[in-house]
Amino acid sequence: MYRVTNLFKKYNQVAALSNISFEVYPNELLGFIGPDGSGKTTLFRILATLLLPDSGEVKFMNYDVVDDFQKIRRYLGYMPGRFSLYADLTVEENLNFFATIYGTSVKENYDLIAEIYSQLEPFRTRPAGKLSGGMKQKLALCCALIHRPTVLILDEPTTGVDAVSRKEFWMLLRKLKQRGVTILVSTPYMDEASLCDRIVLMQKGKIMSTDVPERLIASYPVKLYAAFGDNTYVIKSAISSLPECQMAYLSGRKVHFTMKPSHHPREIAEHLTKLGIENFRIEPIAPTVEDYFIYRMINE
Amino acid sequence: MLKKNVIEVKDLVKKFGDFVANDHLTFSVQKGEIFGFLGANGAGKTTAMKILCGLLTPTSGEVYVNGYNVYTQSELIKKNIGYMSQKFSLYDDLTTFENIQFFATIYGLSKKQIIEKTTILLEEFKLYDIKNHLVGDIPLGWKQKIAFLIATFHNPSVVFLDEPTGGVDPITRRQFWELIHRAAASGTTLFVTTHYMDEAEYCDRVSILSEGKLVALGTPDDLKNQYKAPSMDEVFYKIARNADV
Repeated sequence: MYRVTNLFKKYNQVAALSNISFEVYPNELLGFIGPDGSGKTTLFRILATLLLPDSGEVKFMNYDVVDDFQKIRRYLGYMPGRFSLYADLTVEENLNFFATIYGTSVKENYDLIAEIYSQLEPFRTRPAGKLSGGMKQKLALCCALIHRPTVLILDEPTTGVDAVSRKEFWMLLRKLKQRGVTILVSTPYMDEASLCDRIVLMQKGKIMSTDVPERLIASYPVKLYAAFGDNTYVIKSAISSLPECQMAYLSGRKVHFTMKPSHHPREIAEHLTKLGIENFRIEPIAPTVEDYFIYRMINE
Repeated sequence: MLKKNVIEVKDLVKKFGDFVANDHLTFSVQKGEIFGFLGANGAGKTTAMKILCGLLTPTSGEVYVNGYNVYTQSELIKKNIGYMSQKFSLYDDLTTFENIQFFATIYGLSKKQIIEKTTILLEEFKLYDIKNHLVGDIPLGWKQKIAFLIATFHNPSVVFLDEPTGGVDPITRRQFWELIHRAAASGTTLFVTTHYMDEAEYCDRVSILSEGKLVALGTPDDLKNQYKAPSMDEVFYKIARNADV
């Protein structure tokens, strides 16, 4: 659907995107995961034909994002990270406005948004600026969908959203995908990776990896262990001070750590016992996407 | 009123017209505690935080922060707390040091105090290299550390952190929590909201708000036992699900 080749973008002297290449397959749910400043928004603006690349090629189907931007736009639904509907227009007026701009009507494509819009129906005469955060986000999604786009580009739709509403939003995306929409979505929450078909991990304007989440985790190059105990802070600082340990960090109520080559976690256990730490246990565990991300950040 | 409780809230109610944003909240927070304040968007967290910071007056109920009454002593409360907003709120066109100087001066610290303390803290936070960098040019994770340094600079008894780690990379997020723990160990009380459920596990106690009411309060382990859930993420999900029914 998209083919991005050797894309570069700088702001003044700062590289926002360096040598980005990837493909988007039809009807996939592709997640772009990375912290703030990793280049997600810049990339999405280029894909949405709103920003010009410095160099490199971005093709959407057979169109070029620079030369054919007008043709591309009717296929795209874009939801920026910042709320950008008209605060002084009502829910209904916003939706009609976006439908009209794209030369269609709410009625014609209502089936696509029916499920989301039904939750907004009670507020349809309320100005968009007076909606709650969750409702604004749902309205923005309706406005991005009302012209029945082939591709939906969502820039951090779940940032600042509570854990439960985030899960619900992802279920909504799954349903849209079933209706044939290709979805590109960015997020700083690593725990959302498992909800995507494929993920692109980004850091400092570069792509770290592009893969299916399970395969990415399977490619974790060493064994990851977790230490459980009463005071994880004490355990963490004890482990990270040991020369046999490669890296150690907290993850909820556990300490995750990896060993330097040819060392065994048994050595860590012996050290902890020697230090007078009691009631702990060490187990090998399966890494998450966040563990993978941390490993790559530390080892690159 | 127990002296060692830095925050004491009893039957706090806050209404906006007919809407009840805080519905009879009762809880207390001890000195040096890391207190997680969780809840869905719109559950009433921000309203309660504003009341505790002396920025909003409750409709009814008793609220004391550091022994001061929110109805009559809100100015004294403001002097004795630190606040770090989810929206980055330092001055992008001032340097790290100028931002520190600006906020510390507002809190009434002398120039000498500011210079001495800045040097020590910048070393401790490993931010010395960016002392003279414009804050606008610094990566987000570092900005959040500077914001935390500034929120704690005047030695407040309690610091309110409103989603301090949103969007921050996983390593810096963990460094940030080490700063929080260090502050708690030195006796500062930390009142924290977050949408990262692994961070809820780092709190001494966690409270969960739902539709204006306090529906759960306890250590992460207590709550996991109580809700028969393996993680705080599950606890949170179960509570929010019940609220919908």
